Amino acid sequence: MTILVIAEHEKGAVAPATLNTVAAAAKIGGDVHVLVAGQGVGAVAEAAAKIAGVAKVLVADNAAYAHFLPENVAPLVVELASAYSHVLAPATSNGKNVLPRVAAQLDVDQISEIISVESADTFKRPIYAGNAIATVQSSAAIKVITVRATGFDAVAAEGGSAAIEAVGAAHDAGKSSFVGEELAKSDRPELTAAKIVVSGGRGMQNGDNFKHLYALADKLGAAVGASRAAVDAGFVPNDMQVGQTGKIVAPQLYIAVGISGAIQHLAGMKDSKVIVAINKDEEAPIFQVADYGLVADLFEAVPELEKLV
Amino acid sequence: MKVLVAVKRVVDYNVKVRVKADNSGVDLANVKMSMNPFCEIAVEEAVRLKEKGVATEIVVVTIGPSTAQEQLRTALALGADRAILVEAADELNSLAVAKLLKAVVDKEQPQLVILGKQAIDSDNNQTGQMLAALTGFGQGTFASKVDVAGDKVSVTREIDGGLQTVSLNLPAIVTTDLRLNEPRYASLPNIMKAKKKPLETVTPDALGVSVASTNKTVKVEAPAARSAGIKVKSVAELVEKLKNEAKVI
Repeated sequence: MTILVIAEHEKGAVAPATLNTVAAAAKIGGDVHVLVAGQGVGAVAEAAAKIAGVAKVLVADNAAYAHFLPENVAPLVVELASAYSHVLAPATSNGKNVLPRVAAQLDVDQISEIISVESADTFKRPIYAGNAIATVQSSAAIKVITVRATGFDAVAAEGGSAAIEAVGAAHDAGKSSFVGEELAKSDRPELTAAKIVVSGGRGMQNGDNFKHLYALADKLGAAVGASRAAVDAGFVPNDMQVGQTGKIVAPQLYIAVGISGAIQHLAGMKDSKVIVAINKDEEAPIFQVADYGLVADLFEAVPELEKLV
Repeated sequence: MKVLVAVKRVVDYNVKVRVKADNSGVDLANVKMSMNPFCEIAVEEAVRLKEKGVATEIVVVTIGPSTAQEQLRTALALGADRAILVEAADELNSLAVAKLLKAVVDKEQPQLVILGKQAIDSDNNQTGQMLAALTGFGQGTFASKVDVAGDKVSVTREIDGGLQTVSLNLPAIVTTDLRLNEPRYASLPNIMKAKKKPLETVTPDALGVSVASTNKTVKVEAPAARSAGIKVKSVAELVEKLKNEAKVI
């Protein structure tokens, strides 16, 4: 059994979700190869070769793979896939975009967002916004799977010494082109990888009030998230959204401020180790999942919390 | 241009689902069903394209039981012109759905196919991408903005770090994200009119598609419940608990 992991990378570095995906691959067992596709990704490939447990790194360095357009990347993965028993990608926006296209071309069903490996062909994944956990068995010759990063502890980024091999094949379907990108700027830790997440909801009342959360987050070294209500109200950009339709996080500590706790939001954070809720409505559903609840006005409690931590 | 919109009948997003005692699935008997929220956004986008004069005809399709006609009628009331029901008894996997949709695309020859980014029951997020693979069309997934100009469509996509814009040759596949638009409500006169709009029913066999799957659901369980927490009286007590009891700060 040999497993191909499609690396997620950004700004010339391996993204943390790749390490969780390699961990899932290690649980399945067998040799783990990593595919790094993109343009100018030599440094990424070298970093990928150092990941613990990786046997080989395949590098597809070509302008056609810049920006990870699925029309071009999927045929590359399909071409390589015949040598593998499993093809894994992290359930990031890139992984979710490309992998189903690969699965359909291989004529197999995909298993999305696994949270555990039961055996080489059986996996667990959440359905119905995390309100049920399905155990799914695949009879496909090549199993195509996306991995929910928070379901697996990351492997070490250092310690491996894999061989690097260039993949010549260039696929340019000519059906799509990259126009532009608008990335939100942030100095704080990446939301899905942060140890502590502080999130605000509709109770924040406006975008300006998020400064209270930023101050608290900076003191804790935390990332700042938001509920869909806060995003829809225009308080913060939508890449901060935690929930079924946003990002899935599972930090050590999740502090929910002014968030009622709708099912949609809980699906994105209820696997956090410790959940703290600060809300003035003591009936808010968030208190049913919170380890520590504080019924208080957030505009008093958050600045006080910032002073005390 | 003709636009094809795929919709799915799912358990209403406000329903808290319960897992069946025999772990064979979730209990959907007597539970309120609705159109998947992302599909509503897809229908709305198609209707807006028609209102802008870009789309000339909107065909809405679903794959499911005969009761899914309700969701097709809803789409017709929102502005779709006609509907196709591919009647399938069992819950199908995404690849089978994509294959059936491919057969419908071959027949209808739309220039644009709009789907939701994921269904809130299976949470797969696969069908649009798979349909793109099978048809060979370009794909604009997780769309928050769609602009059709000439023989191309520009799609702004929600990605992990922000937004990305891609340009796709038509015909193309677009899957909708939440922020693409705010779906309208159907008015009573339009609901009445929708009852007279054409609704065609076909079977997977008639489309010549096998719905066999490589995935099998072995078991469905309730997630592990979190143990009940406590309410603290003050911020000072909260900080003390986090430091000394939970040891997370």
